[in-house]
Amino acid sequence: MQIVTPEFGLIFWQLVIFLTVLFLLAKFAWKPILLSLKEREDSIESALRMADQAKLEMQQLKAGNEKLLTDARIERDKMMQEASQMANQLVETAKNKATEEGSRMIMQAREAIQNEKNAALTEVKNTAAKLSIDIAERILRRELADSSSQQQLVDSYLKDVKLN
Amino acid sequence: MKRLLIALFCILTLPVFANEPAATTAEATDQEAFNPGEMILHHIGDSHEWHFATLGNAEHGTHVTIPLPVIAYQPAKGLSVFSSSKLAHGQAYNGLKLEHEHLMAEDGSKVYDFSITKNTASLILSAVLLLLVFTAVASGYKKNHGKAPKGVQSFFEPIILFIRDEVAKKSIGPKYERYMPYLLTVFFFIWFNNLLGLMPGAANLTGNIAVTFTLAVLTLIITLASSNKYYWAHIFATPGVPKALLPIMIPVELIGIVVKPFSLMVRLFANITAGHIVILSFISLIFIFKSAALAPVSLAFGLFINVLELLVAILQAYIFTLLTAMYIGGAVETHHDADLQMGGGNGVEPAHAH
Repeated sequence: MQIVTPEFGLIFWQLVIFLTVLFLLAKFAWKPILLSLKEREDSIESALRMADQAKLEMQQLKAGNEKLLTDARIERDKMMQEASQMANQLVETAKNKATEEGSRMIMQAREAIQNEKNAALTEVKNTAAKLSIDIAERILRRELADSSSQQQLVDSYLKDVKLN
Repeated sequence: MKRLLIALFCILTLPVFANEPAATTAEATDQEAFNPGEMILHHIGDSHEWHFATLGNAEHGTHVTIPLPVIAYQPAKGLSVFSSSKLAHGQAYNGLKLEHEHLMAEDGSKVYDFSITKNTASLILSAVLLLLVFTAVASGYKKNHGKAPKGVQSFFEPIILFIRDEVAKKSIGPKYERYMPYLLTVFFFIWFNNLLGLMPGAANLTGNIAVTFTLAVLTLIITLASSNKYYWAHIFATPGVPKALLPIMIPVELIGIVVKPFSLMVRLFANITAGHIVILSFISLIFIFKSAALAPVSLAFGLFINVLELLVAILQAYIFTLLTAMYIGGAVETHHDADLQMGGGNGVEPAHAH
């Protein structure tokens, strides 16, 4: 029966010592421990929230970058197209100009050739005329060596003049 | 009246006086005489000295004991403090003597025994241990502020978190923070003392009814002090119970207030004491059968029970803390949607069925 009879002395000491331990632990152990645990949980929570936010921002940034990149690509394509168009145009104009110049030069050359030809022809005519006059003169000199034949000729000329 | 009591006392103690010489003579003649019941009760009970071992003969051998201070208050004589070694072997000192570990006055007058008994000494020891361990844990939080826990701190942190999250938050609700110091102290006090009680030669503190009684009374006081009107409304006008049944229900609920802490007291006391008794019984088998050949068997069983007791040590601490938290939770609860008490649901369910 003794073991189920609470002893007054032990109840007294248990009460005094337990309450002392409770008070001391509450003040010097549980309070700082629970406070630090809470603080740490709060800091982890806020860190997680911040990480989430950063992730979101990052995503937004990435989307912005993507847009910028596509824009740049479109811009580049446009510029390339424009440039090639311009180059084509330039080549075309250059070609046209060259053809024009060529044809103009050909024409000039043709003109010059014509001129030269004309000049040459005139000269040839002149030379031919001179040659024929020379030949005629020589022939005439040989023909008119005797005075009868000279008379005969003069007479024929005179006859011609009369006829005119 | 007083004379009558003294006479009754004398009659009641006669068998004790008569038994004692008989027992000693029996021991003197036959050294093997062994009374396991007496040995076990001596081990699980309280004592005015801390007895570790007896070397040699029980009568003439050396007793390895630490004498503890006896503090007695007698209304007539006042306070007297002296070493328990002066009361050894049934000697009387200052008009006081020990009767089966019970301090008594030789003239039969009333004695209030405030002695630092084996249990009280163990209690002080565990108090010092608790303070040392948990101030070390707390200093760990100061030192590793904002960092991962280290050493003893990291061992106790999950347990503290478990008590906070699984016991206090779930059972008490949003007002749990006020009760955390009590719950944590009760948990670690019971656990530490359960483990200390398993050490050889240690006191059986948490298996002492006075200790569990005090803890249960503290739980009762805290429950009543934090109770709100819903708690009392539940007792005096249990929801869903017909008015005619209230004369039965009110006494039942009032008894329930006391029965809950009473169950706490008995559960812890019985579990720890029973564990000690079982271990001691297995060891006693060797001496009962007077055979060393039985030692391996009884040691194996003793070891098994001892390991089981390690589990029971933390389990009982957890159960005491959990039930305390649930009783407090029932007292501070503002709504009855999470009714932990018996009978609450009985009235509601038929109403739904009809």
